Amino acid sequence: MAIFLTASSKVIVQGMTGSEGQKHTQLMLASGTNIVGGVTPGKGGQKVEFDSGVSIPVFGSVAEAVEATGADVTVVFVPAKFTKAAVMEAIDAKIPLAVVITEGVAVKDSAEFWTYAKQSGGTRIIGPNCPGIISPGASNAGIIPSTIAGAGRIGLVSKSGTLTYQMIYELRDFGFSTAVGIGGDPIIGTTHIDCLEAFQNDPDTDAIVMIGEIGGDAEERAAAYIKEHVTKPVVGYVAGFTAPEGKTMGHAGAIVSGSSGTAAAKQEALEAAGVKVGKTPSATAELMREVMKKLV
Amino acid sequence: MDLFEYQARDMFEAHGVPVLAGIVAETVEEARAAAVTIGAGSRAVVVVKAQVKVGGRGKAGGVKVAKSPDEAAEAASQILGMGIKGHTVHKVMIAAGAQIEQEYYFSVLLDRANRSSLAMASKEGGVEIEVLAVERPEALARIPVDPIVGIDSAKAKEIVEAANFDEDVKGQIAEAIQKLWTVYRDEDATLVEVNPLVKTADGTIVALDGKVTLDDNAGFRHPGHAALEDKASADPLEAAAKAKDLNYVKLSGSVGIIGNGAGLVMSTLDCVAYAGEEFGGPGEHPEPANFLDIGGGASAKVMTDGLHIILGDEQVKSVFVNVFGGITSCDAVAHGIVGALKVLGDEATKPLVVRLDGNNVDEGRRILADAAHPLVTVEETMDGAARKAAELAYAADKN
Repeated sequence: MAIFLTASSKVIVQGMTGSEGQKHTQLMLASGTNIVGGVTPGKGGQKVEFDSGVSIPVFGSVAEAVEATGADVTVVFVPAKFTKAAVMEAIDAKIPLAVVITEGVAVKDSAEFWTYAKQSGGTRIIGPNCPGIISPGASNAGIIPSTIAGAGRIGLVSKSGTLTYQMIYELRDFGFSTAVGIGGDPIIGTTHIDCLEAFQNDPDTDAIVMIGEIGGDAEERAAAYIKEHVTKPVVGYVAGFTAPEGKTMGHAGAIVSGSSGTAAAKQEALEAAGVKVGKTPSATAELMREVMKKLV
Repeated sequence: MDLFEYQARDMFEAHGVPVLAGIVAETVEEARAAAVTIGAGSRAVVVVKAQVKVGGRGKAGGVKVAKSPDEAAEAASQILGMGIKGHTVHKVMIAAGAQIEQEYYFSVLLDRANRSSLAMASKEGGVEIEVLAVERPEALARIPVDPIVGIDSAKAKEIVEAANFDEDVKGQIAEAIQKLWTVYRDEDATLVEVNPLVKTADGTIVALDGKVTLDDNAGFRHPGHAALEDKASADPLEAAAKAKDLNYVKLSGSVGIIGNGAGLVMSTLDCVAYAGEEFGGPGEHPEPANFLDIGGGASAKVMTDGLHIILGDEQVKSVFVNVFGGITSCDAVAHGIVGALKVLGDEATKPLVVRLDGNNVDEGRRILADAAHPLVTVEETMDGAARKAAELAYAADKN
């Protein structure tokens, strides 16, 4: 087992006929993902041929794709200005998981599609502006390079894409049950807490790495959640101790979050919840090695 | 992007929010002319206000009342060029004066934690709202706003009741905050704040000072927003980087940094700062010179552009190139670095510490070893490379 994405997940790709969509569909197929269709409005009925001789049908809408294939995951590669419409369409089709890779989505659009998903109640959103989710050896929905990922019993949740890759790579000998890149935008679908909860309940995950960065108060709230609900060992890393004060973080924003949003405040909150926080990514990986060695 | 007060005023006016007359001026003569237009002396005073994107300008002497065009010109000559918390004043706004009877507060902003929007309102405006929020939180009403529904008349009524605004102006304020919502929604703002929102002596509601933050990601819907950018105050290196579509922030240290992915680059800054603590005494430690994220691809072209920007920074003494090869594997990145150094030629004069890891890392390191560029040192770990880059910057500084 894994969280959110398993070997039996049936995946469609919105924007599969675009250059990014096509390139990453190829890579997802190569990492064993069960891709059952693509969606591009106006191109229904076509087929796209991929390297290994696989031919994937294109549908004109998510609803048609779901009807024809029974897809339960969509990966969204459509350009930022069309992302809201694409995600709304996936929500209307009641697809259980929508992984939104697109970067540069207007925050108002993210707020609207997240609110719509919450009100509809049937779709989990990961992202936007994220690398996606991988359950190594089982399925890969997004752009995380599967060639660096080993299967194992660590769970990973991270705001940052490349730090996700770095951590997967450093701990490739132990391997991961699932790694989720949730994205660092101001508004995201799936949060650190959602992943912590799922990893805590996943019998195939023994320990969790959580990577955060400056801005907002998601890490502080995750720390409070860990203290209350997580019994598995958690190791953390926070990026941005020396970053200049965020230009978009006005005072009014700081009032809402109830926190300064600094890396130091996040580290403090995590440590107070019993999370060991590494000073650098490599030091964090080392902390996780120690945890895993003790568990064996 | 944060707007200047005068830009926020203009935007409010365009959306029907009640504001006072205001004209921006960049010279003393423009200020005098603006004061004449607004009517200084003939019927009322004007206020000359420094245009800086930082609070506390009143205390710093950046706001002055003038009774005539000459006085306005005199005030402008004092304020223009003044430094307020590190921001140089390039513009002033000449605004009509007002007889203030009561000051209120209103804002609507993005609420990250609840993935929604939030309205905040208080009967006690004009003060520093973050102080009020901490000291007397009960005086600041916070009302969640559904991002799809927005502030309609029912929501506006809920807000004015929660804030307990004075009875005689509740209707006017409810109308004004619906208009402020249209600014927030239609301009893709993440913050619209009015402090103070005032009741004048004749019982009229006016937005006296405004703060607007626009979502840079929404530019595709607003071709006009590009013109609101403050090019005069932009750092020249930051402007050059922006022209090349690079995500660059200038910092004060001597270790230039290039990496792929915002999180990794932020982490790189931290590693360099920690490593720098080993070299020199307090105040001498080498620190990061910049933040530069070249994104996932790390092609020769983008590497060349990135190095060009960093090598153009005179403060830079060493450069740390930190790339994790994922989809773009390390051999492609290594070719990118070698290609960039070839293009830059004599321009490349500072030592480069390169750390590559990830897909096809052995091949990437072999390519760099074969190229044997005299300026390039390859390190295997991020921590080791950070230390090397700090050491080289410190040594160069000492010479």
